[in-house]
Amino acid sequence: MKKILIHFIVLAVCVFVFSSTVMAAKSPPLKGAILPEINLAVPVKDSDRSYLGLPASGFFKIPQIKARVVLIEIFSMYCPHCQGDAHNANKLYNMIEDNPKLKDKVKLIGIGAGNSSYEVEVFMKTYDIPFPLFADMDFSIHKVLGEVRTPYFIGIKINNDGTHRIFYSKLGGVNNPDQFLDLMLRLSGVKQGGVK
Amino acid sequence: MKKSNCLSILLGIVLIFLLGITSSYGLSDAFKDNIYHPENLKPTDSVLKVKIGDRAPDFTLPAVFGGKISLSRYLGKKNVVISFVPAAWTPVCSDQWPGYNIVKGIFDKNDAILLGITVDNIPTLFAWTNQMGKLWFSVLSDFWPHGRVADRYGVLRSNGVTERALFVIDKKGIIRYIDVHDINKRPRLESIVRELEKLNK
Repeated sequence: MKKILIHFIVLAVCVFVFSSTVMAAKSPPLKGAILPEINLAVPVKDSDRSYLGLPASGFFKIPQIKARVVLIEIFSMYCPHCQGDAHNANKLYNMIEDNPKLKDKVKLIGIGAGNSSYEVEVFMKTYDIPFPLFADMDFSIHKVLGEVRTPYFIGIKINNDGTHRIFYSKLGGVNNPDQFLDLMLRLSGVKQGGVK
Repeated sequence: MKKSNCLSILLGIVLIFLLGITSSYGLSDAFKDNIYHPENLKPTDSVLKVKIGDRAPDFTLPAVFGGKISLSRYLGKKNVVISFVPAAWTPVCSDQWPGYNIVKGIFDKNDAILLGITVDNIPTLFAWTNQMGKLWFSVLSDFWPHGRVADRYGVLRSNGVTERALFVIDKKGIIRYIDVHDINKRPRLESIVRELEKLNK
């Protein structure tokens, strides 16, 4: 009996430990919640590190990005809609960067679900993507984000104390950059500060 | 550690591994809810009938956008990549060719063309590939006689669909690379690029 109990405990511990990291989340991140723990490698490119306000190397969590709002696009180079919406995402980035009141407050990143670094690079070069893209080759990030379809956008608002909340989580691309940016600013509360 | 305890840990690892296997492919919203998700399949289920160094068997198949295409038309002119995918409207297949569709430049640079082949019929392939945007490469139907070309290459599975297989054929018509991939997974783009670049060395 004791042996069976030991076996059961070992098995249960293994399942518990791995299930928190490997198993897929049951649903996409919810508005009002916080992001699941995602560790990304600090980008190699100086310009990307500088854009995100990150140290020289190591790993970081998305809420550590130096900004008030981070927009995260879950994409794949194999996804036709992501391909078709790439120019809209670029326009969104340029609208933010061209606005002195927004450029330090709002940042944009992409996570390539199931894409290798090479595939992400191909996507970036094909569409001249100016913002940082990260590879999620084994779908591990995609899994903890509820295996969403692509393109999918998540918006988080980072508070002064380093905490954050998801204010937007929805299937679909940018489509209309003007409307999308306006929506993000309103939902995040940034627009109330008179930045646009 | 006792043998029985080792067994428990092993069982745990196996269970965790199985729990971790989920289909994350076919996730583009371009396909909406129209993707059929099969169970995890046996990785490969056929025996190759060609090998690297062989002359690639010629074939003529109908193309989705009209006419017929023969492999021999590229002899002495272009390197050829053949991408067999198992079936339309399935997750990994729907997540493979759209990626190839944005790398025409890589194929051009390596003087290569791409032929996509499945055993689906033309109307099915028409509806499916339309969701991928305008494809620059030819999609061929090996529907009838069912899977004859796939069988000639040895990539027809026992249930009538093809393997997820890549063949790189040089301008002399010689097979230079074969990847009969795990049907449940998408081959990395870099493997094709690497093999194409080898042809030019």
